[in-house]
Amino acid sequence: MNDWLYLVEFLLVLLLAPLASGVINRVKAMFAGRHGKPLLQLYYDIFKLLRKGEVLGENVTWVFSAGPVIAMVSSMAALALLPLGGVSSPLAFQGDFILCAYLLGMGRFATILAALDTGSPFEGMGASREALLGALGEPVLFLALLALITTAESLGVPKELSLSTLFNGFSPQAWLSGRPELVMLIFVMGVLLLMENCRIPVDDPTTHLELTMIHEVMILDHSGPSLAFVEYGAALKLWLFSSLLTGLVLPAMPVWAYTLSSLLGVFFCAALVGVIESVMARLRMHVVPALAGLAGSVAAFVLILTLVR
Amino acid sequence: MFNYRESIDWNDVPLVSMDALCASVVERCRKGWRLLAFFGVPSPAGTEVLCVLADASSRLLDAVRALPGRAYASMTPHCPQAHLFERELFETWGIRPEGHPWLKPVRFCPAEGEKRTSRPGPAQTDYYRVEGAEVHEVAVGPVHAGVIEPGHFRFQCYGENVMHLEIELGFQHRDVEHLILTSPSHLVLPLMENIAGDTAIGHATACCTVIERLSGVTITDRAHILRRLALELERLANHTRDLGAIGGDTGFLPSSAWNGRITGDFLNITAELCGSRFGRNLLCPGGVKWDVDAALSESLVRRLRSAFRDARGSVDVMLETSSVLARLTGTGKVSFEDARALGLVGMAARACGVDMDARTDWPLCDVSGGSTRRRIRTTGDVLARTLLRSDELNDSAASAESDLMQLGFSSGEEPCRVSMPESLPPHRLAVAQVEGWRGEICHLGITGKNGEWLAYKVVDPSFHNWSGLAMALRGEPISDFPLCNKSFNLSYCGHDL
Repeated sequence: MNDWLYLVEFLLVLLLAPLASGVINRVKAMFAGRHGKPLLQLYYDIFKLLRKGEVLGENVTWVFSAGPVIAMVSSMAALALLPLGGVSSPLAFQGDFILCAYLLGMGRFATILAALDTGSPFEGMGASREALLGALGEPVLFLALLALITTAESLGVPKELSLSTLFNGFSPQAWLSGRPELVMLIFVMGVLLLMENCRIPVDDPTTHLELTMIHEVMILDHSGPSLAFVEYGAALKLWLFSSLLTGLVLPAMPVWAYTLSSLLGVFFCAALVGVIESVMARLRMHVVPALAGLAGSVAAFVLILTLVR
Repeated sequence: MFNYRESIDWNDVPLVSMDALCASVVERCRKGWRLLAFFGVPSPAGTEVLCVLADASSRLLDAVRALPGRAYASMTPHCPQAHLFERELFETWGIRPEGHPWLKPVRFCPAEGEKRTSRPGPAQTDYYRVEGAEVHEVAVGPVHAGVIEPGHFRFQCYGENVMHLEIELGFQHRDVEHLILTSPSHLVLPLMENIAGDTAIGHATACCTVIERLSGVTITDRAHILRRLALELERLANHTRDLGAIGGDTGFLPSSAWNGRITGDFLNITAELCGSRFGRNLLCPGGVKWDVDAALSESLVRRLRSAFRDARGSVDVMLETSSVLARLTGTGKVSFEDARALGLVGMAARACGVDMDARTDWPLCDVSGGSTRRRIRTTGDVLARTLLRSDELNDSAASAESDLMQLGFSSGEEPCRVSMPESLPPHRLAVAQVEGWRGEICHLGITGKNGEWLAYKVVDPSFHNWSGLAMALRGEPISDFPLCNKSFNLSYCGHDL
């Protein structure tokens, strides 16, 4: 029963994922005083791209075409480990967060390889920046997870330690059980969301200036269905991190209430991203590690607080 | 030496030896004079080189000429601001400056009668290269991601940092200076207005001033005020657009979106004046073609105030956002010494602490009013160039408003156009320096024995300032290039001519 319910939730996410980017764009348009793109623009784009042919560079290999597919599928697989709408994942197991983190890492690796495969100096630069971002984001994520796990252990959570237990109403329960320091993890996950999805202040997804891009420059050479996979994969990744964030905030509820509030939560995250992108400028590239460092220090601080109890 | 507002007899320009000319340029530049123009003029004895220097403190110009033959000892090692002029001389006239540190053509313009294919195209040249296993080269352009003009940028990078940037232009070369010599007189001004499309008024003002100074015609005060108004409107529109574009490059959305609209408001004011948003067909030798009456003045003042209020608000939102300031501060620095040595002009120079502004250094008229405040910033970074634009926005709006009111009050008192003689007097030389929105635009005209053009020289501020952009990138992260580029916002076609 629960597995079927999860499947429904999962399909719902696959269907709704591109909508989050529409929400971001609408919020940004509001700030700019524009009417803005349609909410469903990313759906139109994806369907348009799927129908188009693909242009391949003369010297690219299969690695180039495999990149977007691997990135999209690994995001999808990582998403399938998450609890969705209050329903635990049927694939959950003790320590599945490590698999989840490295599935995302694999997607990143495939994107980087595909970028390097083009041999373009721009894409090489983007790949090197993306690798740096990945290296910066990973320890932050694990510090945050470690804080959650330590708290769960000390509170004696009966079930196995998986994403489905840690991000499913656990955190608000911990706040109330005398672990309010976990509230700070919301900030950490928020920074991770911006970093991993290449949003302002880390990267500017709307710029056309190839020298300043991080993520966008790596996908410059993709076209047609490959670009559709890239776009859809990015939408899934945004959904994944927004779900993690909402999973930290939402308390345990009945499935229908949880589903509704987690959807609202994800769209609220998207709107928040839109607000951040509208009211602040990008950081200079060499300040980005400092932002990751800030998030990492906060996560480490939370970890220390949980350990000294 | 002569007064900048007067023309002189071409035959009175002293003909000295090339060594003496170079020595005097180096000596003068050391004393704070600036090299305005250095170029070849055809003469029966071969190509002569004419050099015009300017001293802002005494408001005097000096012109010297020499017959260099095929080669001479380069003055660039002693006077870096001559570097592009010497390369241009080498390219156009085949006169080789021996010992020039980086002698290569500027735009590859084919010599007269030579086929276009007989020389390599623009940017097909040797580049400065840094050797090393960890050094990588990034080439950008001439086709860019945005809708901008073509230009080629070659970066030598170590990781993310730029060790050297070389800028190769010339893709827009139309041989304007040659076209002027052969065009019928009614086509000269449209040609000038197309040297750089965003500086149509600036170049038209400079050209009209040269023609009026050559003929000894004095235009009415009303015409001067109208020209000043048009120049300030051009500055307002371009500064507003640039500030928005700087905001856009930092990823700051609101100002970038708003300024695009407000720029249009300023351009529309110019359109009300003359029917063209870019001020084409507004000026003519002898004055201005379109006058402003009391009713138009009133409506334009109203529109100007509302556009300026919006622009001020939008720019203030940007300049009060700490993340924007953090992004701009310290990015793309050019030192005062470099700015002086390379002969940067205008806004880019003022941002480095160089105190120069042709509006007050070389005023076009003695009519009171206009922007007389000299805005200087000393940090030389993108922030300085941004704040300078923001300051000049205030001055330009105030100046334009008072000029409009004055035009309204005194409407009908005097004409805005005086008649010009049929042809130009023979054997004269005149110079015009006009502060366009980018910086000093210098035009120089020499007439031949029948009053036809013997030579016409255009020096757009971009000609000097592209070197400044290359300097700004030294040691900077390559990801800051677009922002630095936007903060200079130089003209490709103004450089390429």
